[in-house]
Amino acid sequence: MIGIIDYGSGNFASVYNAVSTISNNIKTITKPEDFKEVSHIILPGVGSFLGAMKKIQELNLVKELERNVLGLKKPYLGICVGMQILANEGLEFGENEGLGWIEAKVEELKNERLPHVGWNEIEIEKQISILEGIEDKATFYFVNSFAIKEVNDDSMVVCTDYEERFVSVIQKENVFGVQFHPEKSQDYGIQLLKNFINL
Amino acid sequence: MLKKRIIPVVLLRNGVVVQSRKFKRYQMLGSPTATVERLSSWNSDELIYLDISPSSLYDLGRDDLNHADYDTIEDIIKLIAKRCFVPLTFGGKIRTMGDVAMRLKNGADKVTFNSALIDSPELITQCSNKYGKQFVVVSIDAKKIETSKYVVFKGGKTATNICPFELAKQAEASGAGEILINSIDNDGAGEGFDLYLIDRMAKSVKIPVIALGGAGEWKHFEDALNTGVSAVAAANIFQHSENSVYNLKKHLYEKGFNVRKTLDLEKEKKLL
Repeated sequence: MIGIIDYGSGNFASVYNAVSTISNNIKTITKPEDFKEVSHIILPGVGSFLGAMKKIQELNLVKELERNVLGLKKPYLGICVGMQILANEGLEFGENEGLGWIEAKVEELKNERLPHVGWNEIEIEKQISILEGIEDKATFYFVNSFAIKEVNDDSMVVCTDYEERFVSVIQKENVFGVQFHPEKSQDYGIQLLKNFINL
Repeated sequence: MLKKRIIPVVLLRNGVVVQSRKFKRYQMLGSPTATVERLSSWNSDELIYLDISPSSLYDLGRDDLNHADYDTIEDIIKLIAKRCFVPLTFGGKIRTMGDVAMRLKNGADKVTFNSALIDSPELITQCSNKYGKQFVVVSIDAKKIETSKYVVFKGGKTATNICPFELAKQAEASGAGEILINSIDNDGAGEGFDLYLIDRMAKSVKIPVIALGGAGEWKHFEDALNTGVSAVAAANIFQHSENSVYNLKKHLYEKGFNVRKTLDLEKEKKLL
């Protein structure tokens, strides 16, 4: 069963709709007990790092999330802010602590025109399972002003260029993060979600 | 590199898709279902739905059409969001945080504010703080009054003496994530975009600008893409022929414009 965490993030409905085209077996996660039945966990996100972290903490989800992903090794996919909070530090609205599963910092992009909105290319550095069937330079839909610019471990998989390069896909064992929105990226997006669900 | 976006705009009036000319005359084009299926599989980069109904009734009133009637804008949003895997923006009649929450819950990725920007600008800030600035698009309808001088028409209808560029800057400061600029003079005329207006708008703010109003042929998109705007939107031109978005994107891509490569129609059919 695919668990999608609903903490009031703006794109929950879009992610739910996109996953529904692949699987009928979806569970909305809003409380710690909900993790029990799920085999895969998706954390959607738009908006700010701090907002997302706060809401997940308010719902008391952090402990169970860590137990299920880091302990039980259930595949995890973080989308946009859901990827950013994997870092140990976010610099949106001051310095804030993230989950710290990935050695990285979330910083504001340098480009004058922000937010970075629209379809941009991915530069695949490492071929991994969730990118199967997706070619280098494929385009995905992005909406972000902040991003992880470098990681201090070997979890960087894909980069994207917007005046400067930032990390757009990371993987560390069963933990995946994508800066773009697969739920809004048509065929390639659905393909990526399918690959994740098939893990 | 970030691609420039091509965005079909769908105008809904009482639950039916219509074509507009200078915000005055409307022609019925059909049900939202048919439109959404065509446009989502046509390589659209995004879709904008603007509800321009004068009343809050959405009954199609055509039981003979053999499809369900949609009574509320909520039903229409739900229906569209289930079939569309590109970003969806909904605009029109958004006056309260409740209106915003309903659209979000049913699958909107962004909302646009028009009259609210003038009547209750605090709504922009509230919405941006709560859902993030990427969720907030501010739509400005501008009319030219003399060379290089424009005023804002509230809701596309009521003249004000507000300068659209100043209004856009205010919107940006209030937390808007994008500006949708529409030329009232060029709307529905098919004679091209107001290039001065859209370029000046792009220079006035740092957030992305979407140009709307005037596309009548593919050359007009080329002209608009050569200005500083991040996206080019149009309504009528996409409703008249099969595969119009695909054909336009292919044309622009082959001419070397920085747009997303078109996806083969056959391949897309299989995937979606």
